[in-house]
Amino acid sequence: MSQSNPMQKPKVVFEGVSKRFQKGKESLHVLNDINLTVHDGEFVCLLGPSGCGKSTLLNIAGGFESPDSGRVMIDGEEVDGPNSRRVFVFQEYGIFPWASVWDNVALGLRDLDQAERSEVVQRTIDMVGLTGFEKSFPMELSGGMKQRVEVARALAVSPDVIYMDEPFGALDSLTRLTMRSEIIRIWEQEKKTILFVTHDVDESIQLADRVVVLSARPGEISEIVEVDMDHPRDLGSPEYGKIKNRLYQLLGVSHTI
Amino acid sequence: MTISILCLLLPLVALYFCDRLPDRAQNFVMPSLVTVSMVALWDLGVVLSGSTVFPTPLQTWDGFIELLDSNRLWGDIIASLFRVSWGFFLATAVGIPLGLVVGWRVRAFTALNPIIQGLRPISPIAWIPIAILWFGIGDGAGIYLIFLASFFPVTVGTMAAVRNISLVHQRSAENFGLEGMELFRRVVLPAALPQIITSLRIALGVAWLVIVAAEMVGMDSGLGYLINDARNAGSRYDLVVATMGVIGVLGIGLDLLIRQLEKFDEVRWGYVKR
Ligand SMILES: Nc1ncnc2c1ncn2[C@@H]1O[C@H](COP(=O)(O)OP(=O)(O)OP(=O)(O)O)[C@@H](O)[C@H]1O
Ligand SMILES: [Mg+2]
Repeated sequence: MSQSNPMQKPKVVFEGVSKRFQKGKESLHVLNDINLTVHDGEFVCLLGPSGCGKSTLLNIAGGFESPDSGRVMIDGEEVDGPNSRRVFVFQEYGIFPWASVWDNVALGLRDLDQAERSEVVQRTIDMVGLTGFEKSFPMELSGGMKQRVEVARALAVSPDVIYMDEPFGALDSLTRLTMRSEIIRIWEQEKKTILFVTHDVDESIQLADRVVVLSARPGEISEIVEVDMDHPRDLGSPEYGKIKNRLYQLLGVSHTI
Repeated sequence: MTISILCLLLPLVALYFCDRLPDRAQNFVMPSLVTVSMVALWDLGVVLSGSTVFPTPLQTWDGFIELLDSNRLWGDIIASLFRVSWGFFLATAVGIPLGLVVGWRVRAFTALNPIIQGLRPISPIAWIPIAILWFGIGDGAGIYLIFLASFFPVTVGTMAAVRNISLVHQRSAENFGLEGMELFRRVVLPAALPQIITSLRIALGVAWLVIVAAEMVGMDSGLGYLINDARNAGSRYDLVVATMGVIGVLGIGLDLLIRQLEKFDEVRWGYVKR
C-alpha cells in the first residue's frame, strides 16, 4: 500500500495542538504540542496508553472540542465544528437505538431524493454485510453487527475522513479480527482517509500505514512508525514481529513476559 | 371458616409441589395461592374478631353485586374515569411539550426549573379548596386536580429524559448536520420517549390515587364519593371495601393500558437490559 508518499497531498494537519481540562483549580494537561500530517487516503492509527488523550485528539479533529492552542486544518481549512464531510465512529455505540438499521444508515442522506437515497443505503448495507437486517433494530443485533451499522452510517455519506475511536473495543477477539479485515477491504475499495484510535498494538500493525505512538499524559507524539507491509498482512512474518517489538518498546512495556 | 383454615394451608402444600410444576404454571399458581390465602386470612380475622361492621370477603362480594345491580356503580366509575382522562390528557398536552423545551434549552431550564421544582412538592390534595373555589364542586375541580397531579410527573420526567440524552447521540446528530425541528424529531423526541412513557405511567398512577381522595373531600360523584357515601349511609363497609376493590382493579387496568405504549419498536430499546 501507499505510505506517506511525498507526492500525496496532506488531508488532516495538526498544528501544535495542546489541550488542558480545567477541574476546579486544578488543570489536567492532556495533549501537548501535537504536530502531525495525515495524507489523503492514508490509514493512520493513534496508539497510546489509556487516558493519554487519544479520544480528545480525535474529538478536536472532529470539531467536537476545541484545542487551547494550535489548530487542525483539513484541506487547508481550519476545523471549527462538526461536519458530515468528516464522520465519527464512536467508542461507545453512536447509532440510534430507536431507529431501524435502514434509518440509521440513511441518517446523513436526508438531502438526497428518495430513489437515490434507497440506492445508497442498500449499497452501503450490502457493503458491510448486513443485507437482510434492514428492518432490524439495534437491540436485536450483536455487538459486531451494531458496529457495522455505525460504519455503514459513516460510509453512506461518503465522507473525506473517517475518525474511528476504538470502534472494536467492545467486541470479542474473533469478531475484532473479522471487523479489521472488513475495514481494510472497505478502505481499499473506498480510499478514505482514516484516523483510527486504539490501544491495541496488534490492531495498529494490522491496520495502519503509519502508527502514531503517543506518550502517557500529557500526550505527545513519541514516534511515528511506518508499517511497510502489503495487505493482507502476514501476522507471523519477521517484519511484523519487529514492528511489534518496537511499538511495545515505545509504549514502555516489555514484550516478553 | 373451616374452608378458610384449609385455604391457609394451601401455600405450604404448594411450596412442596411447586418445584415439580413447569415455570409458566408456577408463575400463575403461586400468586393465585398467595391471594387465596390472604383472602382466607381476611375471612378468619373478621370471624375471630367478631366484628359486625367489617365485612367478610363473601359479604364484600355481595356488596359488589348490590352495587352492580343498583346501576349506581357505573355512573361513579364513569365520573372518575372522565375526570382522570381529561385531567391526564391536558397535563400530557401541556407537560410533554413544556418538558421537551425546558429540558433542551438551557435558558428555559434556568428560568423555569426553580418554579416547577417549587410547586412540585405541594400535594394536589392541598389544592382542593382552591380548586373548589375556582371551579365549584364538580368535574371542573376534579379535572383541574388531576391536571395538577399528573402535570408535574410528566413535565419533570420529560425534562429529565431530554437532559439525559447521551453525549454520543448528541454528537452523532451534530456530526450528521441535524438541526432545528429535524434534530427534535429524529433525536431529541425519540431519545426521550421511553422515559417519557415511564413518566406517563407514574403520572396516571398518581392521578388515580388523587381522584379518589379528591372525590371523597370535594365532589358529589365518583368512586371516592361512593366510598364516603357508603360509610355515611349506615356504615355500609361491605360497599366501602367492594368499591376499594373496584378502584384497585381499574387502577391495574389503566396501568396495563398505558403500558401498551412500551411495546413499540421505537421505544422498546429503553426498557431492555443491556
Ligand atoms: N470533558 C472532559 N473533562 C475533563 N477531563 C476530561 C474530559 N475528557 C477527557 N478528560 C480527561 O482527559 C484525559 C484523556 O482522556 P481521553 O478520553 O482522551 O483518553 P483516551 O486516550 O481516549 O483513553 P482511553 O484509551 O481509555 O479511551 C483523561 O484523563 C480524562 O480523564
Ligand atoms: Mg478514548
